[in-house]
Amino acid sequence: MNAPAIELKGISKAFGPVQANKDISISVMPGTIHGIIGENGAGKSTLMSILYGFYKADAGEIYVGGNRTDIPDSQAAIAAGIGMVFQHFKLVQNFSVLENVVLGAEDGAMLKPSLAKARKQLKSLAEEYELNVDPDAIIQDIGVGMQQRVEILKALYREADILILDEPTGVLTPAEADQLFRILRRLKQEGKTIILITHKLREIMDITDTVSVMRRGEMVGSVKTVDTNPADLAERMVGRKVLLRVDKTPAQPKDTVLEVRGLNVTDAQGVHRLKDVSFNIRAGEILGIAGVSGNGQSELLEVLGGYEKATGEILLNGEAIDLTGAHSDGQSRRNRGIAHVPEDRQHEGLIMEFSAWENTAFGYHHDARYQKGALMDNKAILADAQEKMDRFDVRPPNPMLAAKNFSGGNQQKIVVAREIERDPDLLLVGQPTRGVDIGAIEFIHQQIVALRDKGKAILLVSVELDEIMGLSDRIAVMFDGQIMGERLPSETDETELGLLMAGVTDTDAPHSVKEIEDNLAHAGTGEKV
Amino acid sequence: MDFFTIVQLGDASIRMAIPLLLACLAGLFSERAGIFDIGLEGKMLAAAFLSAAVSFASGSVWVGLLAGIGISIALSIVHGLASITFRGNQLISGVAINFFAAGLTVVIAQGWFAQGGRTPSLSGAARFDGIDFPGALTRVREKMQASPGMQFYSEFVSGHSILVYIGLLSVPLTWWILYRTRFGLRLRAVGEAPEAVDTAGISVVGLRYSAVIICGILCGIAGAYLSTAVQAGFTKDMTANRGFIALAALIFAKWRPWYALGACLLFGLFFAIDNRFQNIQLQVLWIMVILIGASAAMVLYAIKREKIDVIVLGGLSAVLTVIALATWVGSTGEEAGLVAALFETVKVPSQLIQSLPYLFVVIVLAGFVGKAIPPRAGGQPYVKER
Repeated sequence: MNAPAIELKGISKAFGPVQANKDISISVMPGTIHGIIGENGAGKSTLMSILYGFYKADAGEIYVGGNRTDIPDSQAAIAAGIGMVFQHFKLVQNFSVLENVVLGAEDGAMLKPSLAKARKQLKSLAEEYELNVDPDAIIQDIGVGMQQRVEILKALYREADILILDEPTGVLTPAEADQLFRILRRLKQEGKTIILITHKLREIMDITDTVSVMRRGEMVGSVKTVDTNPADLAERMVGRKVLLRVDKTPAQPKDTVLEVRGLNVTDAQGVHRLKDVSFNIRAGEILGIAGVSGNGQSELLEVLGGYEKATGEILLNGEAIDLTGAHSDGQSRRNRGIAHVPEDRQHEGLIMEFSAWENTAFGYHHDARYQKGALMDNKAILADAQEKMDRFDVRPPNPMLAAKNFSGGNQQKIVVAREIERDPDLLLVGQPTRGVDIGAIEFIHQQIVALRDKGKAILLVSVELDEIMGLSDRIAVMFDGQIMGERLPSETDETELGLLMAGVTDTDAPHSVKEIEDNLAHAGTGEKV
Repeated sequence: MDFFTIVQLGDASIRMAIPLLLACLAGLFSERAGIFDIGLEGKMLAAAFLSAAVSFASGSVWVGLLAGIGISIALSIVHGLASITFRGNQLISGVAINFFAAGLTVVIAQGWFAQGGRTPSLSGAARFDGIDFPGALTRVREKMQASPGMQFYSEFVSGHSILVYIGLLSVPLTWWILYRTRFGLRLRAVGEAPEAVDTAGISVVGLRYSAVIICGILCGIAGAYLSTAVQAGFTKDMTANRGFIALAALIFAKWRPWYALGACLLFGLFFAIDNRFQNIQLQVLWIMVILIGASAAMVLYAIKREKIDVIVLGGLSAVLTVIALATWVGSTGEEAGLVAALFETVKVPSQLIQSLPYLFVVIVLAGFVGKAIPPRAGGQPYVKER
């Protein structure tokens, strides 16, 4: 039997008091796709950053191809044949593809020979691995899927044999993700070793040969993918049994609560962000908005939440909402019964430096029950916060702790508790489970469904297609600021939604990935598609 | 205006543009690497003082130049320590260097030479003299009578100090370094996306320090040029905010070397006009056309762009309009009516001409001249993300 391509023994790493990796050992066989799965904060990215020389481990040994190797910096990792594709691409936006590939791997002090060599090399790599990219394209002009391909090419150009991909599909449409997986399989065929970091169970089941599960900085264990199933993996990740699917009864929609007609938004740069958006939501129903991020969903939430101006018409319970005047602010929206769980909880939902009890009152601190004469009744707020935190199972249940000291899931529970407890007519929810662990996802989903069952209207915006499919009673797909169509979850599938997300309405005809990528690259830049 | 006057004006423009150009390229290296440098002014001033002082003491201007470059590099390293190593605020560090230089140069000059914060006058080998090219005429009288080609050669091409030619050559050199060498590629990358440089296994800190040191060298030459070539010695605050004008030129030039040459020559032209024409006489009608035309253009632009500059540009155009109207009304007298006053000839106030370069800086900074995109990672210390 061959020596493992990568073997880690007893790796530990602490950031201050936080133990990100505890005595981790893992062995990755050459020519395989090895998945590493775990919740956010389980330490997957830290482990791979150590392997890539980005951080230095406190203890432990790294073996590459059976030889003990020290990796003090990225240069050493590259020399050892390790390449990494980070979750957030490390590309220079205004450089060409060629310049990005060459950066750091130049042959001499002069650029020209290096660029010429890279151009030839890219051509042969494109043929070998079906990785076609225009070497003279500027990064900011090409789509995300293409940029990811450039990152892979960068690693291959440096002759990497071991490729680490950190959450590679987070920014891709389903079609692009499929394309990526085709490339990864191809790379595996050619003998490369691939380490895939993800929190998506489906990806692990689809493409990996072996999977290692991490939980709270520790390695739970490695299994062959064929010997496991999603439920089993979820249980290993969380440490208890989890319900993967949302448990809900069919919706019983009543009167229309929200009616949006011909909504248009143009941003400060003059880019048309929302184009004639119209839809409605009835009491007791969840409308899910699917789409690749940056296609107008954020602007829609901002308009409804009262911090972006728009033209058009919005009716709440039959009465018009002020879109540009004195009552177009968030406070007025709250008074009208619109609650908002914003997409970016760390910037829009919470003040990270403030304690939890203060955060539970934000936006509602004018409430009579929080007032004592001209002053705020801090005791009442504190008591209320404690009660909410207990009911929403926020851990640790300490209202004096600053928001930044809670995990992502518990931060989100604080925001959800604050907004749902107002008993709003309409709840806006943006990315409710982004960066939230599986256990908390289950809880937050239950709360949203419970609010729906109380006869409230809910607008859900999410880039996670699974979440949209599982939670929504109706699905609208946004692309380039427009609603491409509405579907019922029971009558559609991921393929159809994925095509709509890429701006393809004729979902029956066959489509090339190129067409989809071109569409996505031009969306949101103000250019005509 | 005859041809020789135009040649002389061009010649003066170059002389005035060189310190701006050197400082502008200094800023270009620093900012392209992601380090904003508001301390160009202070570095130039310190270099101007030390090169004059050392030239006087040693009798050799070359030794003086080296000393000027040395102090400028030292200040650059201080800026580097504050903004690269300790990840401090780059603006504050730059401002500190400016204050430090403005105060300390005068104090040391007074303590050393006791001539009221100046250095003694430089002459001979302690000063950069003009280099006369072969066949070039040197006497003004001879030049005035020569053919236009000869005038151009003798006045415009020949007769500058070596630092002028170094300054001009540094433009293509900068361009070549930035766009044709490995170092240039990495330098541009580190100002745009330091994380890309870091993951490629290149030292962000090392690159940024090299950029800051190049910035120091160029600022040093610029300062030495002022005190040992343009003037014959150091005087208090002799840089006269050229460091800040260079920053405005850098924005105007969109952080590109050839554009920087153009921008600095334009600013140099304003200074040259100021030096040469203390006395411009114009008909009131023309003053009104120029000033009101300019202010109308500004207002129209501000309305079109719908930006915050409306306030700056609107205020500026209001000032210009008031000056125009005041000139008109002031020209009317008992003998001249409102209409006749339009054709009166008045002297343009020298203060207005002097303020031209600074007015232009305001206009440039208000975003009047196109959209400038600074290096994306500019001003931000690089911290590896968790």
